[in-house]
Amino acid sequence: MARARLHVVTGKGGTGKTTMAAALAIALATGGRRVLLAEVEGRQGIAQLFDTEPLPYAEQRIASAPGGGEVRALHVDAEAALLDYLSMFYNLGIAGRTLRRMGAIDFATTLAPGLRDVLLTGKIKETVGRTGDNGRHLYDAVVLDAPPTGRIVKFLDVTRAMADLAKVGPIKGQSEGVVRLLHSDDTAVHLVTLLEEMPVRETLDAVAELDGADLRPGAVIVNRVRPPRLPARSVTSAAGGRVDASRIRTGLETAGLDLDEDVLDGLVAETVEHAIRVQAESTAREHLAESDLPALELPEMTDGVDVAALYEMAEIMVEQGVR
Amino acid sequence: MSTPALKTDELIDDPSTKVIVCCGSGGVGKTTTAAALAVRAAERGRKTVVLTIDPARRLAQALGLRELGNQPRRVEVDGFEPEGDLSAMMLDMRRTFDDMVHAHAGPEKAKEVLANPFYRTISSSFSGTQEYMAMEKLGQLAAGGEWDLIIVDTPPSRSALDFLDAPQRLSTALDGRMIKLLAGPAKAGGWGLRKIVGAGFSLFAKAVSTIVGGQLLADASAFVQAFDSMFGGFRERSTRTYELLRSGGTAFLVVAAPEPDALREASYFVERLAGESMPLAGLVVNRTHPVLAELPGPEALTAAEALERRGDSPLAAAVLRLHADRVSVAQREQRLVARFTRAHQGVPVARVPAMPSDVHDLAGLRQIGEQLSAG
Repeated sequence: MARARLHVVTGKGGTGKTTMAAALAIALATGGRRVLLAEVEGRQGIAQLFDTEPLPYAEQRIASAPGGGEVRALHVDAEAALLDYLSMFYNLGIAGRTLRRMGAIDFATTLAPGLRDVLLTGKIKETVGRTGDNGRHLYDAVVLDAPPTGRIVKFLDVTRAMADLAKVGPIKGQSEGVVRLLHSDDTAVHLVTLLEEMPVRETLDAVAELDGADLRPGAVIVNRVRPPRLPARSVTSAAGGRVDASRIRTGLETAGLDLDEDVLDGLVAETVEHAIRVQAESTAREHLAESDLPALELPEMTDGVDVAALYEMAEIMVEQGVR
Repeated sequence: MSTPALKTDELIDDPSTKVIVCCGSGGVGKTTTAAALAVRAAERGRKTVVLTIDPARRLAQALGLRELGNQPRRVEVDGFEPEGDLSAMMLDMRRTFDDMVHAHAGPEKAKEVLANPFYRTISSSFSGTQEYMAMEKLGQLAAGGEWDLIIVDTPPSRSALDFLDAPQRLSTALDGRMIKLLAGPAKAGGWGLRKIVGAGFSLFAKAVSTIVGGQLLADASAFVQAFDSMFGGFRERSTRTYELLRSGGTAFLVVAAPEPDALREASYFVERLAGESMPLAGLVVNRTHPVLAELPGPEALTAAEALERRGDSPLAAAVLRLHADRVSVAQREQRLVARFTRAHQGVPVARVPAMPSDVHDLAGLRQIGEQLSAG
């Protein structure tokens, strides 16, 4: 993780991709670094997470990190990026705004599926490469809240596909730079997953697909890990429905709890479900190990994710070696 | 005001319910909900078909769908006797589009369109095609009149709203005004527009053709010309399907997981349905974790700590702790659902408890159907 400057965070829908991207940005900024957290899917997930106004198409400070670090956030808007891009080559004047109102830009970006992604990845590349007055990189790291696993390779490799379309001119030079960055050691693609069958399967598929496309998988980020409560030796029998209710009753009585039969039955049922889940999770963990990637584990936040929880998760990431 | 319970059995038993659309953001279990409802409806006597979009492999197998069929197939059930009949299909987006072209054009024209590179792009990877084709297929199934009840799963998009918006977006792309303007503003009679936008437009057209490639634009232009004669028919069909969605025989079920994002999407969708006068049947919250034993969380924790201090009864201590965990999760889920119901009073809600392991057979789907009907 240490070497990359662009951290692409993907994952199956519902695994907490945006949350993990934000926590990772804070973790990377810890100790005085400057990190950009960017989103490209037009859903303002970052603003919702940090409980602020919708982000404009501009980089602005959204959080500070322990040790004097800073996280800035950017909502990359394809339309704005296109106008931005055209203005590098053409003087559109007020026509730009009119075209936007007509929906012409939206049209152009939907006409060529992939043009939108070219613009988005182009903008990300620009932020990664940008240097400050001192000639050093403006951002120590850029964290991208990327499209979900199902689309990630297509998204990252769109520029290579489109490069064949534009054979000459400024667009070619620009897209070659994007391809170079995304396929270099400067870029790592992290995969967020839960310890459940489907997300794990998608993660492994995505790793294979990334390898096939010569993109670099980074770490697997396992989100919402719940503590196993049962003693390890009890899990298998409990998962099979064998729970020693009378031993539990005796134990509870020792603790001064004298419970009705139906409450005890409920506790037993909860225990069986818990054990089945613990077993499924350990199978999922074994499967994940097949990917041979470093893993980060983040605990479930039972009270939900707020800004304080983001800092807590960033701290856990730092403890697990993120820097 | 208390939240009414969603009565799914009444919904699927009602002979006037012809179409149920399951919508919601990605990853909330829409496909499973659609399939479970279909199994239950068939079991309770209706001739049912479920249209799935992109089911997980094992769920597809459970429904006997090993490959894309694009036509409904009867599901062989095992272990119970449905009074009705269950069929299932998986949408083949490309083939549905091809069939539409064949239906609306002569053989020559159809050949020309199908061979166009731009058509190939738009029919396989345009961001709204899947939604559009799901609507088209729904329209076909409804028009056939073969089914008592059609249950539709919607594409796994980021936003539930895409299902309603995508057809319009695709329509705009296909109606060709923009392509004509870009490919040759003068010919397309876009003079009025050019006057307004002035030289900027020529620059823009030039820029776009540089970026997307002149060839693509030429293909697009040829496609639009070939497609022009069919377009009226396309639009008419999609309008008809849209009307079907607004009719009394249709019910929307908004599906969510007890997570902030999914419930936020569900909220947007509920508001949108109201705005479009589309009939909402209720909200299904999948994968909840109800508490199964009536014992307050703090009390369980105190007792667990006492046991741990004494160092005996590790099993009882563990049971108390896992119960306390479950209480916190359940409380969080209740808070999230309550936030939704406060904002949308009167929307019926059904909660479906999480299964301890994944559902991938008919027995599992039946079980979910039972949970759904229990609300």
